[in-house]
Amino acid sequence: MKFFNFHLMPYRHADLDAIAKNGSAWVTFSNRHYDAQKGAELYHEYLDQMEFADKLGFDGVCLNEHHQTAYGMMPIPGVLAGALARSVKRAKLAILGRALPLINNPLMVAEEYAILDNLTRGRLIAGFVRGIGAEYHAMGINPAYSQERYAEAHDLIVRAWTEPGPFAFLGKHYQFRYVNPWPRPYQKPHPPIWIPSQGSGSTIRWAARMRYTYCQTLSPIAAVARFFQMYREEAEKAGYQASPDQLAWSNTIYVAETDERAVREARPHLEALMNYFLKMPTEMLLPPGYTDPASMKRVRAAKVTGKPQSIEDVIKAGVVIVGSPNTVREKLAEYQDLAGFNTSLTKTQFGTLPDEMARGNMTAIAQEILPHFRDRAPQRTRPEAAE
Amino acid sequence: MAAQSISILAIRDCRIRLMRGGSGAPLVFLHGGGGIGVWLPSMARLARKFDVIAPEHPGFGESDTPAWLDSVGDLANFYLDFLDQLDLRGVHLVGSSLGGWIAAELAVRNATRLASLTLIGAAGIHVDGVAQVDTFLTNEEQRIRDLFYDQELAEAVIAGSQRPELEDAALKNRMMTAKLSWQPRNHDPQLRKWLHRIKVPTLLIWGDHDRVFPQDYALAYQRLISGAKVVVIPECGHLPHVEKGDVFAAELEAFIGAMRIAA
Repeated sequence: MKFFNFHLMPYRHADLDAIAKNGSAWVTFSNRHYDAQKGAELYHEYLDQMEFADKLGFDGVCLNEHHQTAYGMMPIPGVLAGALARSVKRAKLAILGRALPLINNPLMVAEEYAILDNLTRGRLIAGFVRGIGAEYHAMGINPAYSQERYAEAHDLIVRAWTEPGPFAFLGKHYQFRYVNPWPRPYQKPHPPIWIPSQGSGSTIRWAARMRYTYCQTLSPIAAVARFFQMYREEAEKAGYQASPDQLAWSNTIYVAETDERAVREARPHLEALMNYFLKMPTEMLLPPGYTDPASMKRVRAAKVTGKPQSIEDVIKAGVVIVGSPNTVREKLAEYQDLAGFNTSLTKTQFGTLPDEMARGNMTAIAQEILPHFRDRAPQRTRPEAAE
Repeated sequence: MAAQSISILAIRDCRIRLMRGGSGAPLVFLHGGGGIGVWLPSMARLARKFDVIAPEHPGFGESDTPAWLDSVGDLANFYLDFLDQLDLRGVHLVGSSLGGWIAAELAVRNATRLASLTLIGAAGIHVDGVAQVDTFLTNEEQRIRDLFYDQELAEAVIAGSQRPELEDAALKNRMMTAKLSWQPRNHDPQLRKWLHRIKVPTLLIWGDHDRVFPQDYALAYQRLISGAKVVVIPECGHLPHVEKGDVFAAELEAFIGAMRIAA
């Protein structure tokens, strides 16, 4: 299994009571709460953690993209990727952002990713996402055109990378007389494309058909297993057998000497993530048009209670793995076999977790977990378990 | 209530649902983003003097969602086709909220079939510095409360809105409303440049407690459409034709009556 150190770069000094009072850390949570002195320190702290992950032997580091939120300070992940491109010497550099529909000129993504791919001499992993619903409120982009813009921007970028320019591109949302970006990507035909999603059926089908690596975001392991099984089935329908390397699970892992100690240490920081940084009203998460009416109806019927989640809840559901090295190894092996993935996108820093603890956690994962999984592939993935 | 009929009408490739009742000069009512709703008491009253025609917009409720539908301008052009096909002349065109925006866009393009234009709490332009609720960020119940001055009426509407058989249409309406009005929010920056082309008598009916497009919008429209008359209805929210149906209908009848005398 491959391990990526996945960072959200939260503004971890955020006033949690103020977030609760506002109802969300997103869009409407005033940036008056942002202190640039603290923010600057955090950027360096987090970038240092990414460089540390490289030294510890993580296979990659992952950046993310969200807008106008204390949940993550990476609206423009390419800037941070640029900062890491020369200091992260060995690990892959994955951007699990670029929310394509938010960008009015997708050629800039083709350019940005191509520069990063050149700078890293081919260590870039190119993520393409739609962004969550809140992004459409934050960036003034019509959610009803999200899918159309995503599809069109994707096609444009891949063509810009693979077809010699200049050529003309005439889409509904984007039109160019000249498509001819310099530089071209270092990797041929282009950097690997990874598709993170919350589990949309149409996205899974498309990613499988395109043979793109599918990354499942924050979900209970049973759901992850179900989505990955869907991917394998879609791959079969497309006439090939999907490899576990095409499936990545985005999780959170915290390791300490004992289970009890791990839970005690992680609790406030993980619960801050679940109950403060992640919270938002349904209208913000799912603006009209972002998903089709059928999915919208399912969400409405599920009537998400918004009841606070404890660390025990998310451990039990297999959203996170927290415990002693032995517990974490057992759980991770069990989940790997259950869901059949071969990449772990692991948040080692989460919520309000301070630097020292994050580094301790990274070191523990690197020493106690990574070596045991280095050559481990999913064993007898059981599709029936996913049903 | 005057009898009204419901029918399906095809304009080129698009089938829409239509409510129609009464007789007299044609009065075409364009609904807002919430959808066509029911045949209102105010429509029934107007149907005593007019041929009231209330189409359900393409992309809403039971009407088709044509592939060409991207903007309010598309709907304005569609309704020009509609007026041609029904061969309506001397039309009193009335639009509420999003429907008011469509009506204004239509009148700017071609008013030859219009006798008058009435905008009710209309979208379509932007006025700087006016506090407005964000109808895409409030929940369903709050959204309804924000529409009305009378909160007892709002509660009754909320109770009536939760019938499961209405859910499909509500989701469809909301999705199309977002498609048409999310960005630029609730307006077309080009529209205000051409509103001076509207020469038909124009009435601007607003509730004094409209929280979606407050009264300042009526005054801004009045500055842009020469000779437009503003009527502000007291103790009334965003939907005067629903909340103060009789006052609304009386004002509209008086306006059209005075227009006829002047002519």
